Order: sequence, then structure tokens, then C-alpha cells
Amino acid sequence: MALSALRKPRVRMTQLQKKEAKWGLLFLTPWMIGFLAFYFLPMLASFAFSLMNFNPAVPDEAAFIGFQNWKQAIITDKEVLLSFIRTIKFAGISLPITLGFALFLAIILNSKNVMGKALYRTLFYMPSTIPLVATVLIWNGVLSEQTGWINVIIQKLTGIQVVGTEGLRWLADPRLIYYTYTMFGLWGVGNAMIIFLAGLQGVPTEYYEAAEIDGANWLQRLYKITIPLITPVIFYQLVLGVITTLQYFLAPFVLNQGTGFPNGMTRFFMVYFYKQSFTFFNMGYGATLAWIMFIAALILTITLFGTAKYWVYYAGGERK
Amino acid sequence: MTGKILTSRKPLTRKIKNRIIAVLVTSLTIAILVVFLIPMIYGIVTSLKTEGQFAKVGAPWWPATEGQYEYEGESYEVFKVPIDGEIKKMALVVKGRGQSQLVDIDNPEAGLIVWDGEWRQLEPIWEFDPQWGNFLEAWNTINFPRLLGNTFMYASITTFGAVLSASLVAYGFARFRIPKKSILFMLMLSTVILPSAVTLIPMYFVFLQFGWVGTWLPLIVPAFFSWGTNVFLIRQFIMSIPRGVDEAAMMDGAGPFRIFFSIIIPQSVPALTAVALFHFFYAWNDFFGPLIYLAGNPEKYPITVGLTAFNRLYAQSFNLIQAAALVTVIVPVIIFFFAQRFFMQGIVITGIEK
Repeated sequence: MALSALRKPRVRMTQLQKKEAKWGLLFLTPWMIGFLAFYFLPMLASFAFSLMNFNPAVPDEAAFIGFQNWKQAIITDKEVLLSFIRTIKFAGISLPITLGFALFLAIILNSKNVMGKALYRTLFYMPSTIPLVATVLIWNGVLSEQTGWINVIIQKLTGIQVVGTEGLRWLADPRLIYYTYTMFGLWGVGNAMIIFLAGLQGVPTEYYEAAEIDGANWLQRLYKITIPLITPVIFYQLVLGVITTLQYFLAPFVLNQGTGFPNGMTRFFMVYFYKQSFTFFNMGYGATLAWIMFIAALILTITLFGTAKYWVYYAGGERK
Repeated sequence: MTGKILTSRKPLTRKIKNRIIAVLVTSLTIAILVVFLIPMIYGIVTSLKTEGQFAKVGAPWWPATEGQYEYEGESYEVFKVPIDGEIKKMALVVKGRGQSQLVDIDNPEAGLIVWDGEWRQLEPIWEFDPQWGNFLEAWNTINFPRLLGNTFMYASITTFGAVLSASLVAYGFARFRIPKKSILFMLMLSTVILPSAVTLIPMYFVFLQFGWVGTWLPLIVPAFFSWGTNVFLIRQFIMSIPRGVDEAAMMDGAGPFRIFFSIIIPQSVPALTAVALFHFFYAWNDFFGPLIYLAGNPEKYPITVGLTAFNRLYAQSFNLIQAAALVTVIVPVIIFFFAQRFFMQGIVITGIEK
């Protein structure tokens, strides 16, 4: 082929490429505007707010105060660290239980031994579609220490006196409250279950056949094949779960208006942020708390990604 | 079927063993499912009880009222009465200490029968008596039509905005060569894990300046500027549509918008449906945003915030709370049962491929 023939299309290609890029950017416009207007600029502004003393009720009194808010949040105001620790403790209880339960359900629903899988899948998923406020209120009733069915059933089955104020006080006992909140969360297990199920279905059946020939039992197959192969899915769920739990707000607010009942246990970080920002309207301080949450989320995410190479298995070393 | 051929080659004991395992695992699944759904059953049963039933010792677990019997124009409570060596259903007409007068409801012609014993120790007859009126009462007290209307308006407008904007952006990411595209894409995905609080205060401040606080606008407008997960889901789907079709259309002189609307959109219906469903559910569930932007405007509340306010006022009326909670459940659950397939597919695309 002649050189000129090669050259000509190249020039035309770049023009075409430019045109293509222009069109592409045009289609990306909604996102780019949204990114600037609702993510990037507000984040910067949020940082600027954190250096100010600002209350929208008295906007004239707004003043630049340097890092005073940060100093207060990190050193003086013990509630910041305490609410953060509570959040982490709750995450430490709820995430393993929730993800474990989701995985367990997925394994059952993936088993060739279960009859009528589609029906169970639908029914296990169904509560996830219920608005969380309704979920919290329904569980609040069923766990009620006097009239709730859970206590009545436990008492009937075990014969131990658990009904009443001396019994299992799911909603008022500081030792139980994180488990109670975790139970609310189990009703939202559907998404995680479906994602795990899809992950399990992606495990090549030859592996199981080979293992069976080698005489591996069910438990060995689970630990040596299934779990390692779906670690990417577990990892994804874990990252998402940490970020979501860090912002946990709804149940403490719906049940106790964010008072932290019982014993301050449910005054999580987001609850405290809401109080400062939208009850007391200390928006400068609120912005500081929000930035602290952002930094915490970033550190946690980076840490999780850092641990990934020790336990997350990517087939063929390839990562998407 | 292949399964049958395989198993028929196995020894008989193996077959029996597999059958036993199947029965055990299935029973275990059903048992877990029952426990899992107990709160739902509790909610339904409780929503149909009278408020008085909670306080009565010995009341049954199902919605019931103490049986009544009409005798000579008056209504009397019915008890199980041990009399003449058998237990009869009798209405208590004249209450007395140590001695009462009752009437046998299976044989009222016999007239009043004197019975020796303490009537307070008699067991009442409970009759199944669901209080459907609780739903009506909850419906009216909380002004459900308005809450549902608000929620429906919010959910539909933002769903439209979310699907439209996300599909435009997804098309841009899927089909065009743009410099630094992968960086932009990563940037978009990273917004998914950004805690919403970090942008909230400046946005609240700006919306306050616009005079938008106290209206739905701060909640509706951002939905038209596309969210990361939605774009991701649609992009993955568009990438699986063969390019041949849009290239052919391009040869015929169709511009990108034409291709988008007449080729990409019709082919991406499953992904668009999934995004629409997710967004609709998200909006139906949304609590924090409306709580902040609509504070103090109860006539604009969505169902979630309205239900919370209701719970605060009627915390002691277990039956009404459950009835109100169940009303909010109906719409999403019905949609879910009809649109399951799209749901599950959408979850799988966003969850696995990321």
C-alpha cells in the first residue's frame, strides 16, 4: 500500500476522533454537571464550612475560625470519638452476621438438594423491598418484651422466663441492642444473598467434581473451593457494608429520635452529625464531622483494599 | 433428563442417602424461612387485633374478641362453664359472688341456669374477629392518600430523571472514545462510596439560598444528573449490545441521538427497567433527605417520614402502628412480585461485575 493511502485515513481519523470525543462528552454532560454541582464543589465547600462558625439562623454571625472546629472535634468533644467507636462496634457485630447469613442462604439456595428454590429465593428477598422504617416498626413490635412473639416463643420452647421487664429486653438492654439492630438488618439481606448466589453459580462445576473424586466432603469443598472462589464478592459486600454502616441513622432516629437509648449505645456517628447540623444548626461543626466521616471512610476503604491481596482471590490474577 | 441417567447408575443406597439429604436440607430451609418471616406474620396478625386484646391475660395469639351472646335484647360475655360433668358455652347474664346466672347458648330455651362458682375464674370464649377497621383508622389518622401521593410523585419523577440521565451518560461511556475516559469512569464509581454527609451541608445552604428548603426540589433536581451505580449498570448492558447495529445506522447517516433513541434505548430495556425499579425503591425508602429538606412541612412528607411521626404519636397502639407499617409495604411488595426477574438480573450485574 502506498504511504499516502495510509496517511490520509489517519488524518481523517483524528478529525473523526475529535468529533467522537465531542459527542461523547456531550452525553457525559449530565454526569459532569452533577459531579461538579453535587459532589466536587460541595465537598470543597464543606471543607471551607468546617473552618467557619456558621448557623443559618444567624448568618451574619458567621466567622472564619481556622481549625477550631477540628480541634474541638478531635480533642475536646469526646462524643465524636465515642460515637465513632459505637458505630465501629455495631459494624463489627452486624456485618459478619449479616454477610454470613446472606452467604448461608445463598449456599442453601444454590444446593442441588433443595426443592422449590425459586419460591424460597423470592420469599427471602421479599422483606428487602419493605421500606426500612416499616421494617424497624414491625421488628420493634415483634421484639417487644411484653407482647412480642419472639420472647413468647423463646419462653414456650425453652421454658425460661424471658417475657417481661426481667426477661430479654431486646430494645432496652445495652448488651442486646446491637444484635437487635442487626436483626432489623437481616430483613435487608436480599441483595447480598442474590449477589452471593450469582457468585456461587459462577464457580465452575468441574472443581467440585474433581474434589468429589478426591474424596473431599461437603465442608472441605465449602472451605477449599467455594469460599476462596467467591472472596471477590465477599470483599465487594464488605466494602459496601462498611460504608453503609458508617452512615447508620434510621433505626435510632425512628425508635428514639436519636436520644441514644439505651444508655447512649445508639448515638452513632451519623446520629451525632444530624444532631449537631440539623437540630442545633451548628453547620460549621457539622461540616467538620462530615469531613471526619469522609476521612474515616477513605481510611477504612484503603485499609480493606490493602488487606485484599492477602485473602481475595482473583481468577488468573486478573482484576476488573 | 441427564440427572436421572446419572443417578440411576449410582447404587441404591446412594440414591436413598441423597433423597434423605434433600428432605433434610429442604426442611431446614423451610424452618429458617418461617423464623425469618415471623415478624411479618406478627405484623399482619397484630394489625387486626383490638387494642384491648394486648392487655388481656390468656388472650389468644390470633385476632380475637371475647365472644358475646345476645339474650333478650342484651349482649353478654360467653364463657366455658363446667357444669353437670361437661363443659358448656354459656353467656353470663347475672354476675354474682359465688353464684351466677347463666344461659346455655346452645339451648337458650332452658332459660337462666344458676351456677355455683366464681365466674372470674371462668375461661372466656375467644372468637376470631379481625379488625379490618384498624387499617381504615390508620389510613385516616396518618392521611395516607396524601403521604402516598407525595411519595409516588417523588418516586416517579426522580425515577424518570435517573433513568434518562443515567442512560445518556452510560451511552457516552459505552460507545465513544473520549480522552481520559477510564479516569472519568473511576471518578464516577468512586462517588458511590462517598458518604452523603460530606456534601450535605453546603448543598443544604445553597438550597436554602434558592428558597428550596421546605420543597421537594432539593430531592428531585439532583436525580436528573445521573448516579454512579445506575450508569454502571446500564453501561455494562450497552457494552453487550453488538456494535454492528449502530455502525450500520451510522453508515445510513443516523446521528448519535438518533442511534441512542432508536437503537440503544429499545435494546437496553432490561437494564433500564432494573435501574427504574432500583431508583423507585430507593425513593420509596428515602428517609434522610426528606427528613432534612422537608422538616416542619408535614403536608409534604413522604410515607417514611409520615410513618415515623405517626409512630411517635401512637407508640402505644401496637395494632395501628402495624396496620400503618403494612400499608407502606403493599406497593413495593406488589411491584417486586411482578418485576422480580429484572430485579435479580440488575442486582447481579451491579454486584458481580464491579
